[in-house]
Amino acid sequence: MANRISDETIEYVGILAKLELSDSEKEAAKADMEKMLDYIDTLNELDTTGIEPMSHVFQVSNVFREDVVTNGDSREEMLANAPQRKDDSFEVPRTIG
Amino acid sequence: MTKQYETVIGLEVHIELATKTKIFCGCSTEFGGAPNTHTCPVCTGMPGSLPVLNRQVVEYAMALGLATNCQITQVCKFDRKNYFYPDNPQNYQISQLYLPIARNGYVEIESGAEKKKVRIHEMHMEEDAGKLVHDEWDDTSLVDYNRSGVPLVEIVSEPDMRSADEVIAYLEKLRMIAQYLGVSDCKLQEGSMRADVNLSVREAGTKDFGTRTEMKNLNSFKAIAHAIEGERERQIELLEAGKEVVQETRRWDDNKEHSYAMRSKEDAQDYRYFPEPDLVPIVISDEWIDEIKARQPELRTEKLERYRKEFDIPQYDAEIITESKKMADLFEETTAICGKPKKVANWLMVETFRLMKDNGMEADDLTFSPANLARLIDLVDAGTINSSVAKKVFEKIFSEDVDPEKYVEENGLKMVNDEDALRETIENVIAANPQAVADYKGGKEKALGALMGQTMKAMKGKANPGMVNQMLREMLQS
Repeated sequence: MANRISDETIEYVGILAKLELSDSEKEAAKADMEKMLDYIDTLNELDTTGIEPMSHVFQVSNVFREDVVTNGDSREEMLANAPQRKDDSFEVPRTIG
Repeated sequence: MTKQYETVIGLEVHIELATKTKIFCGCSTEFGGAPNTHTCPVCTGMPGSLPVLNRQVVEYAMALGLATNCQITQVCKFDRKNYFYPDNPQNYQISQLYLPIARNGYVEIESGAEKKKVRIHEMHMEEDAGKLVHDEWDDTSLVDYNRSGVPLVEIVSEPDMRSADEVIAYLEKLRMIAQYLGVSDCKLQEGSMRADVNLSVREAGTKDFGTRTEMKNLNSFKAIAHAIEGERERQIELLEAGKEVVQETRRWDDNKEHSYAMRSKEDAQDYRYFPEPDLVPIVISDEWIDEIKARQPELRTEKLERYRKEFDIPQYDAEIITESKKMADLFEETTAICGKPKKVANWLMVETFRLMKDNGMEADDLTFSPANLARLIDLVDAGTINSSVAKKVFEKIFSEDVDPEKYVEENGLKMVNDEDALRETIENVIAANPQAVADYKGGKEKALGALMGQTMKAMKGKANPGMVNQMLREMLQS
């Protein structure tokens, strides 16, 4: 059943993930992804007719909060995690969409 | 012979919900705060933080779905939409793909004389992104996450519109519904209502759709109309030249009146959606739906019907007034105080609309109180002030919400009904204008107007015009 990941696929996944992989890293990633797909194939061997698709691992629904402001100005704490800050903003490489 | 083309348009409309807090955390949604003052670990995507859904978001989305004839998805859930962009701190947006909150609805629009249904494919809840400011000098961008996590509903229409006029009628309809429900203020300029336009052209009479493009960055009705015209022309030119339309996202530049391709192949639109594991499913019972329905405020159609029964005003007036909820509220509250619906309608439709236009305001920007307008109407009816003074006083009410009784008192604007004072003024006017007097006596009725004007001016506009008219005629007879 072994799944095969092509060079094109690993290239494409790399672009989506914004990762630049070396050739050896690409080969390693290919092998990992093939194993993952094989595992899914194993799961697919199970007969799941009549079983409702699961949308969440816990049998819990409707967990809500009320629409009440509970947070104040914690910009200093948030910006403490910024790799770079300028005034009160997170600073990132120039990005235009 | 040139071919005839038909434009086919579908819309994705984002509406920012008017909740007090964000969709997944207790940060304020207030517009315009200093950068990053409304942020927490959840809306800045810190590892280990846990989103918890704001109940009000679900209820507003349900209300919108019900008011647009949608079916509510009674088991619905959230999914992750993965993409990398610095305005999106988690590297995914929490949205809904597989089980959106509402589906299969429609709204009715009026385009020209005809009524038309625009079908709604689906409506989903999601979070907004942060705001990027690009530094012109440095090679950097600055990110403000205040808007990150503000709740949005995205309304996806079917490709049912055929012109810019229909698109604008559809947007106005959605805005009216949202404002009536109180779920959003829908201000295009502030970005609380945004539209992406999907457009294709096809030869008239054909059934298959052409290749469509998506246009973003449209923040006024005018920009939307221009972008539609521009994109229609561009696609027709391509087809006429025997070229193909490429499916792509284009960004409209309203200053240059031109759109340009936005995304390249490097940014392939492959969002790899998967179920959001941090949020549990939402189960919506029949009872909950009934509760939302019961709580739904009166919408415009119902309001028009009630006005017809309750108030003695023309249908035309009722239609103008109910175009916005704010105007309708002002009308009802003022009428409840003074009991004169037609007069209230006139003040709103003439003077209020004029001043709004002069000041570039929308109904939602109005701040004067119904009580002060009601008092003003009573002052005119009681003969305390004349109608031209009333217009001046109204300008003060409009801008500063002054109490008209006090204002009239303090500024000595009461109508002069004093016969002796009027007689003296009129005598002076007659003496000073022999030509107009001669004209009037010679049969020129118009000359009376000039003499009236002179008298009113001499009385600083405060004279009782009815009395002046009558006295002038009498005194000119003698």
